[in-house]
Amino acid sequence: MKYKLRRQLTEKFIELILFLAAASSVLITFFIVYTLVTEAFPFFKEVGLKDFIFETEWTPLFENPKYGIAALVSGTLLTTTIALFVALPFGIITSVFLSEYATDKVREIFKPLLELLAAVPTVVYGYFAMTLITPWLQKIFPDLSGFNALSAGLVMGIMIVPYVSSLSEDAMRAVPQQLREGSLALGASKFQTSFRVVIPSAFSGIASAFVLAISRALGETMVVAIAAGLEPKFGFNPLGPTETLTAYIVQVSQGDLPQGSMGYRTIYVCGIVLLLFTLTFNIIGQTIRHRMEKQVK
Amino acid sequence: MFDQTNAKLLQQIKFLKAQDVVFWFVGLFVLAGAFIILFALIYDMGQTGIPRINQEFFLNFPSRFAGRAGILAAWVGSLCVVLVTALLAIPLGVATGVYLEEYAPKGWFSRMIELNILNLAGVPSIIYGIMALSLFVYEFGLKQSILTAGMTLGLLILPIIIVTTREAIRTIPNHIREASYALGATKWQTVRSHIVPYSFGGIMTGVVIALSRAIGETAPLLTVGAVAFIAFLPTPPVMAVAPYVSAQWLMDPYTVMPIQMFNWISRPQEEFHVNAAAAGIVLLSMTLVLNALAIFIRYRFRKKYKW
Repeated sequence: MKYKLRRQLTEKFIELILFLAAASSVLITFFIVYTLVTEAFPFFKEVGLKDFIFETEWTPLFENPKYGIAALVSGTLLTTTIALFVALPFGIITSVFLSEYATDKVREIFKPLLELLAAVPTVVYGYFAMTLITPWLQKIFPDLSGFNALSAGLVMGIMIVPYVSSLSEDAMRAVPQQLREGSLALGASKFQTSFRVVIPSAFSGIASAFVLAISRALGETMVVAIAAGLEPKFGFNPLGPTETLTAYIVQVSQGDLPQGSMGYRTIYVCGIVLLLFTLTFNIIGQTIRHRMEKQVK
Repeated sequence: MFDQTNAKLLQQIKFLKAQDVVFWFVGLFVLAGAFIILFALIYDMGQTGIPRINQEFFLNFPSRFAGRAGILAAWVGSLCVVLVTALLAIPLGVATGVYLEEYAPKGWFSRMIELNILNLAGVPSIIYGIMALSLFVYEFGLKQSILTAGMTLGLLILPIIIVTTREAIRTIPNHIREASYALGATKWQTVRSHIVPYSFGGIMTGVVIALSRAIGETAPLLTVGAVAFIAFLPTPPVMAVAPYVSAQWLMDPYTVMPIQMFNWISRPQEEFHVNAAAAGIVLLSMTLVLNALAIFIRYRFRKKYKW
């Protein structure tokens, strides 16, 4: 009897510990939101929301500071767009190849190797963009400046190809084999089957892969901080230097910022804007994915 | 008339067959391109950096003179920080994964935790950095210490460990659990002696990949104030005099490999870029070795258990 009681107590105790561990993940989210909001809140007491959105200059550490977030947002969107121009076509091609064309053996070899691309530290990619891609691009575009959005965006694109391809490959492989067989039986070629049957059926999975890749590109920091220059500029010129929300945070927090100063507040403001962007894309991506999983069942 | 359509059809079939072959090559070409890029990256960095790698490079502190600078503080710092990260993230992550898969009642609460973890996995690393700056550095008063850095990275990789733990556990078929219960085992006994051992390979794969990510992570540590110019090592954890062990190293300032590399890249002088390339090679080797280890573990365990 005593033994049974002790056993039950241990069970309950362990369940409680595991529950607390799981609940702590909620605590992390709470702390993220809490610190961002409380540290950024005083900023909006000093800067009007209208100036914040419609001003196009971002010079918070100058004598006569201007707080136009649009300058940083445009830089972020610019590098992300360039990255997507690389990651989307390449991601789709590799995923179609791996899921529809490659034999099991080829896939076994290439998949882990592709994942290695995602394992390279971002600071190394930054070095790559600055010392290898930029000089190479300068041969094609002579008026490309030493720090530019183009090479940072291209390298970021290479970086996120594995994310796009592995998620979309999963989606394509989840397409029932009968659909393929039906299409092939009607005389369609493999190419036609892949692009007109498999891709449309896996569409939501592929779409969610893209959306999650966008969110990753938005949050990428080191490549842009190293290779894109650190000049906040409103505009979409890929050949010139630019600055993203993430690069700004890194740039400013490298210096010594006293807690509570206006410079310190601005990194949390940028953090909130960045989080809103990535969160939106994440939620869209997950919703699409969730719907797909339901559909497949 | 019939011949004409037949010829047309034959032509179309020919075209479709050619298209298939072309796409096969395009796919192979793109994949090969990815490795050419990876290879070009390693080759270029190796060419610049490898001549710089020698014994002194590993045993010297950073210096104003590029030729005398080394990565001693950086690699020791990286090891210390990753140790703290692992001690925080592995127990917490595995416990969460086990709870969600084996214990959590299916309902709004577990759905909420699940959604929450998915969203945490999508939060950019720099956000963890500024959260830690406000919370750990200022609010908890931990300053720019190894503990701060380790905890920041621990929170960052937690979602990866949770997700891989859950995936590993999910592959264990239900009859294993039922067999265990049928013999009178409790839930915890089942988890401890069946679920965790059988999913160990999958969990370890996730852990190793997560730790390799932590080693390469730069942005959050820049925001919590890692300093690149550290000319001393953390306090050793073991001493010759009483009380023999010390946790002082947790509170010491630090630098890590990626920060050291970033610092060298940011300098205008070419000689420091050589150092950056050398540090990059060392850093890249660390992460690639860890990833190879992960692939190896996955391969070994997949062979061991076949349900």
